[in-house]
Amino acid sequence: MTSDPVPLLERRLLFVTGKGGVGKTSIASALGMLAARRGLRTLVCEVDAKGNLSDFFGVGPLRFAPTEIRSGLSAMAMDTEESLKEYLRLQLRIPLLTRLGPLAKTFDFVATAAPGVKEILTVGKLAYEVRERHYDLVIVDASATGHVVGQLASPVAIGELVNAGLVRNQTDWMIELLTDPATTGVVVATAPEEMPVAETLELVERLRDETDVNIAAVVVNRVLPELFGRKEESIFSALQEPDVLGRLKEQVGEGADDVLEAAQLAVGLRRSRVTHLARLRDGLPEGLPILYVPYLFTRSHGVRATSLIAEALGEELGY
Amino acid sequence: MADRTNLTLEQLCSAKEVLVSTGSGGVGKTTTAAAIGTIAAARLGAKVLVLTVDPARRLATALGLEQFGNVETRVPDAAFASVEGGPRGELWVAMLDTKQSWDDLIARHAPNDATRDAILVNPLYQNITGKFVQSHDYVAMERLYEIHTSGRYDLIVVDTPPTRNAIDFLDAPDRMADFFSSRLLRWLITPYRSRMVNLASKPFYSVADRILGTQFLEDIAEFFMLFQTMYDGFVERAKAVTTLLGGPQTSFLVVSTLEVAPSREAEFFLELLSERKYHVGALVLNKVLPELLLSANGADAARLMAADSEAIASSLASSLLVDGDAPDPNHIAHVLAEVGSNFANFSVVARREAEQRAELAQIPELCVTVPWFDDDIHSVEGLLRLGEILWR
Repeated sequence: MTSDPVPLLERRLLFVTGKGGVGKTSIASALGMLAARRGLRTLVCEVDAKGNLSDFFGVGPLRFAPTEIRSGLSAMAMDTEESLKEYLRLQLRIPLLTRLGPLAKTFDFVATAAPGVKEILTVGKLAYEVRERHYDLVIVDASATGHVVGQLASPVAIGELVNAGLVRNQTDWMIELLTDPATTGVVVATAPEEMPVAETLELVERLRDETDVNIAAVVVNRVLPELFGRKEESIFSALQEPDVLGRLKEQVGEGADDVLEAAQLAVGLRRSRVTHLARLRDGLPEGLPILYVPYLFTRSHGVRATSLIAEALGEELGY
Repeated sequence: MADRTNLTLEQLCSAKEVLVSTGSGGVGKTTTAAAIGTIAAARLGAKVLVLTVDPARRLATALGLEQFGNVETRVPDAAFASVEGGPRGELWVAMLDTKQSWDDLIARHAPNDATRDAILVNPLYQNITGKFVQSHDYVAMERLYEIHTSGRYDLIVVDTPPTRNAIDFLDAPDRMADFFSSRLLRWLITPYRSRMVNLASKPFYSVADRILGTQFLEDIAEFFMLFQTMYDGFVERAKAVTTLLGGPQTSFLVVSTLEVAPSREAEFFLELLSERKYHVGALVLNKVLPELLLSANGADAARLMAADSEAIASSLASSLLVDGDAPDPNHIAHVLAEVGSNFANFSVVARREAEQRAELAQIPELCVTVPWFDDDIHSVEGLLRLGEILWR
């Protein structure tokens, strides 16, 4: 991280990862929407075969073949068997249907057993789309923190295992593409809670130790608004004095109790999050951009939420 | 806070020998498993093991233990200071170290030392066990089986990787058995040269050869040839593990929050478990917002506080003092408006969650809800407090 980081949307390939539950897919789809709104030909790809990326765009099921779901924005679902077929067709010019029957049948076994086959077919397909410039930007809704390092390290691992043949030639260019910070970056999604912060710091360290892939940004999702500052907090406390509360209830009814308790809950949640955010900032390498996305109350899921998060990310990026 | 139905977690922990905690990431699955194990050890007088298979290593933090690995470790009774008279039983914890578990497994199944050593140094073996994801699932189930049959514990509470992996986790033993019975394997272990003669498989070879190179294929062949010596042991074990998971001594817990995405996954998993006739013991809902957010009086008060904040502020100004001084009425108005809109904001979330909960709770017999905690749990004491909420 010696030089200034390459701006997020100027890269060509972004892997969005994060601890389960922090909204990794929300962030990936929102980045896709933002990039497309800014005129980039964008592809968003989900890696988990049973994923729900389509929910975030409010569209029907996604397939391996990219579908244009709105202007400039395409989406696909990774399917390693399809990826293998495509690879064989492109690289070896094997007539598809005739020879592949038995191969496809055995593929699942090989993929389960042989190390990194699924990983490399995933990363390979994405790197191919980037290399061929089919899109300006490819955004990957990647595996969760536990597995993403293995995925990103797969070309190197395969390269070590296989020292001849086509695969070996293929891993070389993939590694080059993945390790170029102007091209590829990892976006780590997190939330201002204890475990997500701890896992984010752990992941950033592992990515730096075990791969040469550049980390582009950390996105903190679901940041609660600050209700009021310190001075106003003492007013809030004073509101709970019996005589003040009594007068308040005369005007707004018995529900004042519930309203104040809800505020107490929000203040508590916000306060505990501030410490987690501080720990995150302190633990991350200097110069790594951190983007904040506010907690959404009205919609937490679906195309509307994606659109709101895209707006928030756009503001954070200064657009 | 538990919804009282005739079934309780206390009852479940008393009856079952294995509880498998499942759910999508970030819903508190690991903490829930640890809390159930902890309260069961404290209350039932049982010897309980909490086994976490999650590669993200969260349980260590939750239990306040900096490091414990593959080895089953007893949590000292001193950690149960908040329990009067100490725990009635024993709490043990272990975390799955995939690599170590695989090595142990090979050592157990290998017909002789030479085979064992050859496997342990094979580069493919090292990659499978060390770097790649799929191998967690099988070895986790195998380890559970191993511990269960040892008879060392009354109750084993197992934590699993996130939901979609948890399905892999259920399928892992079968997949392993399938794999060892496959034709591909038989083909792979036929000596390389003689395979080339076989015309039927020639197209596959020439493709595989061009893609992967001969050396790699030979490495694979060696690896599987060695594994073949352990075939019977593996297939037997895989079947036994499947039987344990589906047996009457095992029950599944589905853990979720009421956010949309985790709820959908929980629903999907509940359906899958019941389709396959696994026993679903309970649905545990974490981070549930308090019911006061649904109060109609609260909503009315919040609306007035936001809409008439200035008028209300000036009427309160005479009696409201901070450190003996009367604050600026504008500041009071701001606090009232913020507090009012905060209630409105959170009540939207609470209503959405109430709807979600109604949909989910139709499936299992027992549904337990746990409120929001300000902070994560890092102590046995904290786990016990959570355990209390879950227990009855």
